[in-house]
Amino acid sequence: MDDKSSDKSLFSQKIKRRSLLGGAATAAVVFVQTAFGKTIQKAIPESVFKPEDDPTKQLGPFPSELGGRSAFEKPVRKPSDISSRSPLQDFYGTITPSDLHFERHHAGIPTIDPGKHKLLIHGMVEKPLVFTVADLKRFPSLSRIAFLECSGNFRTGKEAMTPQEICGLTSQSEWTGVKLSTLFREVGIKPGATWFLAEGSDAAVMTRSVPVKKGWDDAIIAYAQNGEALRPEQGYPIRLFLPGWEGNANVKWLRRIELSDQPYMTREETSRYTETIRDGKIRMFSFDMDARSIITFPSYPQHIEKGWLEIRGIAWSGRGKVLYVEVSTDAGKSWHRATLQEPILDKAHTAFRYLWQWKGESTEILSRVTDETGYTQPTLKQLIDARGTDMGGYHLNPVTAWVIKSDGSVVFKPEKLR
Amino acid sequence: MSKYTYIVFVASLCLGLVHWACSRPGVQTAAHTAVNTERAKDSVIIDSACWPESFSLGHVATEAEIQAWDIDVRPDGKGLPAGSGNFVDGQRLYAAKCAVCHGKTGKEGPNNQLVGGADVKEKTIGNYWPYSTTLFDYIRRAMPFNQPGSLSDKEVYSLTAFLLAANRIIDSTTVINAETLPKIQMPAQKYFVPDDRKGGAEVR
Repeated sequence: MDDKSSDKSLFSQKIKRRSLLGGAATAAVVFVQTAFGKTIQKAIPESVFKPEDDPTKQLGPFPSELGGRSAFEKPVRKPSDISSRSPLQDFYGTITPSDLHFERHHAGIPTIDPGKHKLLIHGMVEKPLVFTVADLKRFPSLSRIAFLECSGNFRTGKEAMTPQEICGLTSQSEWTGVKLSTLFREVGIKPGATWFLAEGSDAAVMTRSVPVKKGWDDAIIAYAQNGEALRPEQGYPIRLFLPGWEGNANVKWLRRIELSDQPYMTREETSRYTETIRDGKIRMFSFDMDARSIITFPSYPQHIEKGWLEIRGIAWSGRGKVLYVEVSTDAGKSWHRATLQEPILDKAHTAFRYLWQWKGESTEILSRVTDETGYTQPTLKQLIDARGTDMGGYHLNPVTAWVIKSDGSVVFKPEKLR
Repeated sequence: MSKYTYIVFVASLCLGLVHWACSRPGVQTAAHTAVNTERAKDSVIIDSACWPESFSLGHVATEAEIQAWDIDVRPDGKGLPAGSGNFVDGQRLYAAKCAVCHGKTGKEGPNNQLVGGADVKEKTIGNYWPYSTTLFDYIRRAMPFNQPGSLSDKEVYSLTAFLLAANRIIDSTTVINAETLPKIQMPAQKYFVPDDRKGGAEVR
């Protein structure tokens, strides 16, 4: 073999490799030596990768710039036209991988150059200020692990529903940013300012009014999520984060905050994120997410086998910490305390588990959370009793039951809304 | 030393250390470490004690910068621009730019139904929108869905006039402008109440 022909084949190999990487999924990368004795990487497409091959007899890939999931793990969000849901049944622990965080947006995901993006704070302030993203990153920072949940996070209606389909519009991240109170201190909030408008720079220029008090309490202008910059679908380069409050108010792609002595009555806070309650009334500005839990294992469409198994799930409250979670394995006749995984954080998904010996009986398993305010997650019937039969579709946090059939199959127990 | 005395002692020591640390940048880290080891929670509170009056970041917004972005409209009419619109122009614009999503008469879809009264189950402008100004604000910032921000103020006023008239809230001769729009009472306003959940044990 002469050097020239080997050189040529090396180039053609490179092109092949690129098309492989850009095309079908790559299962592994191996190293081959060229005629010059130089080691190059060569991709093996997933289609020729045999999992039964002995991994101790095959050199694996060397370090790379960017990691990825095992080819055997394929968790995905479940998208619709307006949102995508987190695969709660596929998660371990409580942090949602950023690429699996649920999405909800009103006019698509904007592409924003962080070098050009600005945040304007004005209105009832002593000194209106404009901050670049770089300015915001220079302020004292804060990181906090907290859940984010859409207030429209409840689906029911059929047995064949996964945790993702029932309530996958909740996710958890470690958010990093600057406290809004730090910026309030810079602009000087005028007495009498009770609300602020938060506005995004997406194609809906989406707006919500938020009480100033929340800004002083714990609101964050977040620029990072789980150790890296925010994902575009989570508001890159900056978003408002309001711990424990309904997702929609956590305005993404934030460009403007205006202080006011009254709410603005934007479309989202009037004709959208409001719910009918008793006597024909419509509840608005219902920000707090009430406590909720769900068993994520076992759940539809899993099958269980006789013997010991660990019932697992998550519980959370927008009003504080999870105090305890109870699990029932006899359709709600008796309840047992589940074990909570530390840390039990304020306004955060908290993992729970309960050891159970299944002997093959058909039954129902349920979980219910009580938070530190003394609130216990209600049943759907309790919610209907409280809000009336015309109850709206937001802020529904009912106890979720899974039916265990004697063959070990698990299905959701749908309940009638009205 | 009783437990209480000890806490008071540690707390005063912490405050003393911080005061000392803030005035001596060179030893700040060491002092903070000592404080944090004693009482980690205090560091959260004490942190801002070292802050300057202002971090002097960002720049003072110019009037032009504010004007360029300040597009919101409040229920009292604050933010409504000059100009006006009418039913006839609105009807023509609606047919050209809105009907494809909201239906020929605002009732047919495929997307959100806009027209309908108390007898309609769908949430419409007529039976569910509490403030007339929201209509102008929302159309101007977000509609048409495929061409957001493309309408002139006059066009937005006209579409607002058309949609209010189609919902029988105004008659088709009413001119809509910054003066008239905030005065229009919406049928649904009387139903809206602020969050009546109080927290605590009650399911509400």
